Amino acid sequence: MAVILDGLKTILGTATDVLPIVLFILGFQVFVIRRPLPNVRQLAAGLVIVTLGLALFLIGLEQTLFPLGRLMAEQLTHPELLGNGDQGPNYIWIYLFAVAIGFSTTIAEPALLAVAIKANETSGGTIGVWGLRVAVAIGAAIGVGLGCYRIVTGTPLHYYIIAGYLVVVLQTIWSPKLIIPLAYDSGGVTTSTVTVPLVTALGLGLAEAIPGRSTLLDGFGLVAFACLFPIISVLAYAQITQAITSKKAARLEGEARAQDLPEEV
Amino acid sequence: MKEALKNFVKTALGAARDLAPIVIVIAFFQIAVVQAPLDGWLGLFAGAVLVLLGLTLFIFGLELALFPIGESLAFALARQGSAAWLVIFAFLLGFGTTVAEPALTAVAGEASKVAADAGAIPDTDEARAEYVLGLRLTVAVSVGVALILGVLRIVLAWSLPVMIISGYVLVIMMTAVAPAEIIGVAYDSGGVTTSTITVPLVAALGVGLASSIKDRNPMTDGFGLIAFASLTPIIFVMLYGSVISWL
Repeated sequence: MAVILDGLKTILGTATDVLPIVLFILGFQVFVIRRPLPNVRQLAAGLVIVTLGLALFLIGLEQTLFPLGRLMAEQLTHPELLGNGDQGPNYIWIYLFAVAIGFSTTIAEPALLAVAIKANETSGGTIGVWGLRVAVAIGAAIGVGLGCYRIVTGTPLHYYIIAGYLVVVLQTIWSPKLIIPLAYDSGGVTTSTVTVPLVTALGLGLAEAIPGRSTLLDGFGLVAFACLFPIISVLAYAQITQAITSKKAARLEGEARAQDLPEEV
Repeated sequence: MKEALKNFVKTALGAARDLAPIVIVIAFFQIAVVQAPLDGWLGLFAGAVLVLLGLTLFIFGLELALFPIGESLAFALARQGSAAWLVIFAFLLGFGTTVAEPALTAVAGEASKVAADAGAIPDTDEARAEYVLGLRLTVAVSVGVALILGVLRIVLAWSLPVMIISGYVLVIMMTAVAPAEIIGVAYDSGGVTTSTITVPLVAALGVGLASSIKDRNPMTDGFGLIAFASLTPIIFVMLYGSVISWL
């Protein structure tokens, strides 16, 4: 009985969450651009499905992604696994896990694929679809891994973020202008609806498991790292591609000149 | 009907692909590294099925009801709307999609539990609900403001790097004054906002705008909206935390 009541409460809550965007999109459609609503029955059915889906997702999340993130943090920092060598506990497994989660979820992210394809088209092929995806995924992997290192060592979050910002600013100065908006956007695209809760729970679980860390002060920040580092890696990817292309162009020019030379003489 | 079923299966496969890397990585670490029986795996499995089903229904419903109207609306307004309507639309779009964003709902809930455990807010249901609502509304307003800034940038051809770097400076300044316990949550709220529901509608707005104004390159002008939407929440949540602690 309690389960059903909770479920109903969640559905009611999600209905309230969806209401603003529905009201205002329909309001604009009818009152501002004055077009009739297309297919009202399909619309109503779609909205019921959205509300139901959102409720199921939130219930499932509470039961799976949050517990899983914490569980992994707990198990991978278990004293037996850490060993106790001369250099103190060894947190390599948690870093490897963080890197693997960051890389794999980003490379499979549909939103990123869509952006990569669009970037490939608008750049006339200079930006490779796979190159961009791998660049963003490496950025996210470094982000989550370094974020876990920060939680383990307990350094303040904003030192890393400010340093990251400085790197982005410096890279912006020397990057090809075309890639900059895309690079800035790629930070926000990486973190999907499924990844965010898991990574958040991983950080909180890690802060709980490491002695002397506070969940409130140290547990957050992994998502921020996963958003910042792809900007750096995409800018770096663009700089490297540009350097290679201009080198190639210079060599081709050089060869062309060498071939031209005898004729001139 | 057959078409709808096909779309449903396609959406389900997409959601499964979202979940697959997590399942594979966790399974690998469980088998190869932890090597201990996974307690309560049945509950985890049931939850994963719910996540998959819920995400599928959510996206399927959005594509059935909201995305077609929303995208054509964003496009139509970008092409022919007056500047005032465009700005109002941009704000409401950012606000509305963020309030409905599932990742934000989940993370705000988790943040309220952490804050209550640490004693930053009273450990009652009302105090937590108030914290969650405050956090979500703050982030929603900030995404609305981000889209206004993004639209103005596209229309008036402001420089993106200058605006983003000014944003960075604001973040650093706010970090200096904001209470320590809000900083982590604030930094994370930037990445939480832009996922399932926000990105498609925002992208339609950006591309519609860039392609309707003369001399605009969709590559340099169409992108950039999401960058604002992941920066302003950091500033606004720290501002919110500072105001709450002063009161």
